[in-house]
Amino acid sequence: MSDLYRDQILDHYRNPRNHGTLEPHDASFEDTNPLCGDRVRIDLRFDGERIADIKFSGRGCAISQAATSMLTEMVKGQTIADVRELTKDDLLDELGIPISPARLKCALLGLKVLKASAYGYTGWPGDGGS
Amino acid sequence: MDPVEIREQFPLLSSHGVGRSVVYLDSAASSQKPAAVLDAMRSYYENDYANVHRGVYALAERSTEAYDNARRQVAAFFNVADLGEVIFVRNTTEAINLVAYSWGLANLGVGDVVVISEMEHHSNIVPWQIVCARTGSRLEFMRVDGSGRLVLEDLDRLLATGRVRLVATCHVSNVLGTVNPVETIVAKAHAHGALVLLDGAQGAPHLPVDLSALRADFYACSGHKMCGPMGSGMLFGRRALLEAMPPFLGGGDMIRQVTLRDSLWADLPAKFEAGTPSVADAVGFGAACEYLSGLGMQAIHQHELEITRYAWEQLLELPDIEIYGPPPEERGGVIAFNSGDVHAHDVASILDEDGIAIRAGHHCAQPLHERLGLAASARASFYVYNSRADVDRLVDSLRRVRSIFALPGA
Repeated sequence: MSDLYRDQILDHYRNPRNHGTLEPHDASFEDTNPLCGDRVRIDLRFDGERIADIKFSGRGCAISQAATSMLTEMVKGQTIADVRELTKDDLLDELGIPISPARLKCALLGLKVLKASAYGYTGWPGDGGS
Repeated sequence: MDPVEIREQFPLLSSHGVGRSVVYLDSAASSQKPAAVLDAMRSYYENDYANVHRGVYALAERSTEAYDNARRQVAAFFNVADLGEVIFVRNTTEAINLVAYSWGLANLGVGDVVVISEMEHHSNIVPWQIVCARTGSRLEFMRVDGSGRLVLEDLDRLLATGRVRLVATCHVSNVLGTVNPVETIVAKAHAHGALVLLDGAQGAPHLPVDLSALRADFYACSGHKMCGPMGSGMLFGRRALLEAMPPFLGGGDMIRQVTLRDSLWADLPAKFEAGTPSVADAVGFGAACEYLSGLGMQAIHQHELEITRYAWEQLLELPDIEIYGPPPEERGGVIAFNSGDVHAHDVASILDEDGIAIRAGHHCAQPLHERLGLAASARASFYVYNSRADVDRLVDSLRRVRSIFALPGA
């Protein structure tokens, strides 16, 4: 029916995984995509170096919300080092749909928020944090 | 007016063009260009090109004549007799900034008020925020009511304070499509000694605009939304105001005489056109005005009224379509809408798969979307080359959106 809106994307959009907020949390970050008003917040709870729990909330287009939902599944139980290693191509491969340059910001908003949230906990790469 | 025939005059959209199967519904962002405009620009570069106002040789004279002729064409389009009142700029944004920085910084002070509205494009908000902050003057607002019209009582209340120096508002909203009662706004403002700037970006391409009759003090528009090239635009200003205003940009072409310590400004319009002008863009802009006049602005307006009414009726056949703004007879050829809870960007992406170009987002009108309680909207806008068949394809594609997102009734 649609190259972009495949069943898996629509399923994550309609039934987002790990949706909600974590109180208390060890780290939290929120950002918006000014182009379309998409908003994503990600809360993290750590067990040592490992992401013990992750929840996301926000609103926006199917691409941004589905991508973030899939991202939470990818990183739950992973370590901060794994998050550092995670590239945009890893997420785009997981999405498996042709993302046009105009929609790339939507697809990558969650990843940007996740990295900011994790780095907020550990310190940004290069600023003397762990 | 036969939009199918007119479409053939636009190379990109014509049956030989790369966009022959595209349904282009984003003319409110920028219009496509007819061959007449492209030919005029090409002919200028091939036959008349040199810098203007300087050389004494024949080519330079032809180039200067081409530039002057473009100004005559644009002035005639807006029924402006005094060519000094027609300033060429890059776009509406630059025109408004010119007034804000030149007139605003020189004339606004502590306690003064500039009135804009909730439905403005960012280009008619941000310059006033900057200039009000620098001059200590205050920015006030006309609200937008539930049906997308300006609340004129707000204007009355603000004017009654006697502090309003300028009312700056759009002729036609780029989101709601509302055609504002600009004659009434001009009359009210002038009765209280306030000036009026109209953002005509969505007015000039679609409605007959007679600036002699309208009596607005400033009128700003973009050539690229009215079949002209990108990089062309106009600021109209009343001569007495423009003469009293300091220059916006300094440099070549805008001076009469320069010494190391000070300079004398050139006469209008050159005083506000510093540096080498974009002559080919002006030539294209002039040709676009001739092209639109050839079609007839009243006929264009009528065509847009009809196609907008048709689109309105067809869209409302779909369940869960929400359209923002006044009924079709009170609007320009713009329809902003949402389809159920599907995000406007998703709507636009699915329509794009079907070759339909619409805009999605806040359309550079974030405060208005805030007012409407929306993160974003989808926007279809119509022009001379759009036909009912385009509307039918839009509606078919919106049915596909509903089916993909499994909206009820799909």
